[in-house]
Amino acid sequence: MRASTLLLVFCIAGFIFLYAPIVSLIVFSFNENKLATVWSGFSTQWYVALFQNAQILGAAWISLKVAVVSATLASILGTLAAYVLVRFGRFRTRSLLTGMSAAPLVMPDVITGLSLLLLFVAMEQAIGWPAGRGMTTIIIAHTTFCMAYVTVVVQSRLSDMDESLEEAAMDLGARPARVFFDVTIPVIAPALVAGWLLAFTLSLDDLVVASFVTGPGASTLPMVIFSKVRLGVSPDINALATIIIGIVALGVFVASVLLRRKPTRA
Amino acid sequence: MTDTMTVTGAAALAAAARPWTTGTERPFVRIDRITKKFGDFTAVDQVSLDIFKGELFCLLGGSGCGKSTLLRMLAGFETPTSGKIEIDGQDMAGIPPYDRPTNMMFQSYALFPHMTVEKNVAYGLLRDGVHKSVVRDRVAEMLKMVQLHTLAGRKPHQLSGGQRQRVALARSLVKQPKLLLLDEPLGALDKKLREETQFELVKIQETLGVTFIVVTHDQEEAMTLSTRIGVMNAGRIIQVGEPPQVYEYPNSRFVADFVGTVNLFEGRVIEDEPDFIRLAVQDLPVTGEGSGAASAGGAGQIYVGHGVSCTIDQPLWYAVRPEKMRLSRHASDAPNSYPVWVEDVAYMGNLSVYRLKLPGGRYLLASKANLSRYEEDTISWGEHAWVSWDDTAGVVLTQ
Repeated sequence: MRASTLLLVFCIAGFIFLYAPIVSLIVFSFNENKLATVWSGFSTQWYVALFQNAQILGAAWISLKVAVVSATLASILGTLAAYVLVRFGRFRTRSLLTGMSAAPLVMPDVITGLSLLLLFVAMEQAIGWPAGRGMTTIIIAHTTFCMAYVTVVVQSRLSDMDESLEEAAMDLGARPARVFFDVTIPVIAPALVAGWLLAFTLSLDDLVVASFVTGPGASTLPMVIFSKVRLGVSPDINALATIIIGIVALGVFVASVLLRRKPTRA
Repeated sequence: MTDTMTVTGAAALAAAARPWTTGTERPFVRIDRITKKFGDFTAVDQVSLDIFKGELFCLLGGSGCGKSTLLRMLAGFETPTSGKIEIDGQDMAGIPPYDRPTNMMFQSYALFPHMTVEKNVAYGLLRDGVHKSVVRDRVAEMLKMVQLHTLAGRKPHQLSGGQRQRVALARSLVKQPKLLLLDEPLGALDKKLREETQFELVKIQETLGVTFIVVTHDQEEAMTLSTRIGVMNAGRIIQVGEPPQVYEYPNSRFVADFVGTVNLFEGRVIEDEPDFIRLAVQDLPVTGEGSGAASAGGAGQIYVGHGVSCTIDQPLWYAVRPEKMRLSRHASDAPNSYPVWVEDVAYMGNLSVYRLKLPGGRYLLASKANLSRYEEDTISWGEHAWVSWDDTAGVVLTQ
């Protein structure tokens, strides 16, 4: 067998390995049969059933709110962190701060979740906030780990940016805050959007951290799915999963397109 | 030392246009013993400079000589470690870039990529709270001056390098700064465009009467543009002078070598008279002429046709430029004449540069203007010839 043929075979095998489960899930979401694993014909009835399921819709709404708020907060905090790391030159704790801001990327979810839970409990005892656990605590937790991703994304864009752009604005009479909003933000905008989308998808995906820090009445979509699946896979979950895959894929795709665009130097 | 620093050709210029010669006018920019340190590294070392209103002053030097740091201190992007900068009588200490009467044109142009040409140019005026209708007129006027009024709606990435350069120039001039700082303004342009733009830049500077300080590493650019050049090396100003002064009367080996091409000889004084001196130069061959042949101790000699304050046996350097040398088939009666072997000829169109080998193995460069289109009996490579120069052709240097 020629090397190129061999390569092609490996490539196809790799793609099958990665995507066969997802493709089968999508296919079975259009299955007519009540048994999730037996094909009996095409139907969109599980999508209809899904949109009549109040529990799932409620959880989806919570997830969406959590994702939007925490992605926004993470974008703001992550951008500020990246700005400090890139623009403030060498300060004493710079490499420490760089390492620490990236640490949540590699921290196991279980540890992040557990440590945040302990923090929230301790804070409630000490200062009475956050009172109990629910959406607020999930948002804080998601902001914490999403921020790391935003920082990394924005940081690379910022260090690619020509610093003299900011100096030029200042030279033309703009005060530092003005420079930041007039020049820095527009130039790094693609990274901001990409970072936000990344944070949004990560928050939407998360099961483990949310499970640790949530309280009664605040179940995110992944939590609801997980608890349903434990009682047996119902076909409407396939439909739901297909929709989520679609949203996540779109988010990741847009983010990567935005990141690939090089900063236009002029 | 060097002879009196008069520049014959420039004497025709009115003294009023050259305020640095009179010493009566107050300098517009006063740089007083400025030092800038980055940690242990001294980027700018005790630099003092006076620059007058309407000047086009070039800071010339190699990379890392501190010229850009000096410019950035004038703009307010760097704070001097010590020393004082005064612009139009105002002390600049503690004044941030956005409050200084200066504008800067950046080497990278630093055009805002998300704004159109028009918005780029208008940005500075809008920050000053100028009324929108006034801004529109001023911007239109400025774009017309740099011939970009037809491209006002374009984004920077839709422009060529030369067009971007002009946008950057328009943007830095639109606020009518007292002082314009230009960091390698022509560095990113190709040769042809650079030459055209040089003259345009001078024209704009003269029309607007703005004081320009230009940083460049290109000595040709500095010569073409400037009223005066400040040659920098290792954080210090080595020499300040008008272009002919710097070229014909360099004050050191560094300047002689950095500005233009030069043949440099290390010699020792063997004869010191009021109206001439003689140097013994190990690299040059003995030609048997001259009264001091014996005292040269087997070394060749250079005859310098003017007095130099020196002592016998003092080591000195002698610099002579390639175009001041003559090449001939036979020994000439010029005071300095030596046999050479033509190793190579570089034909450059307007002139030819000869690489000559002295009997001792040392190489010299001599150039000859190609005055006619067709020369039958021109000296070519592989020939033996004589190189000679006048007793006033070179400069004696002590450092």
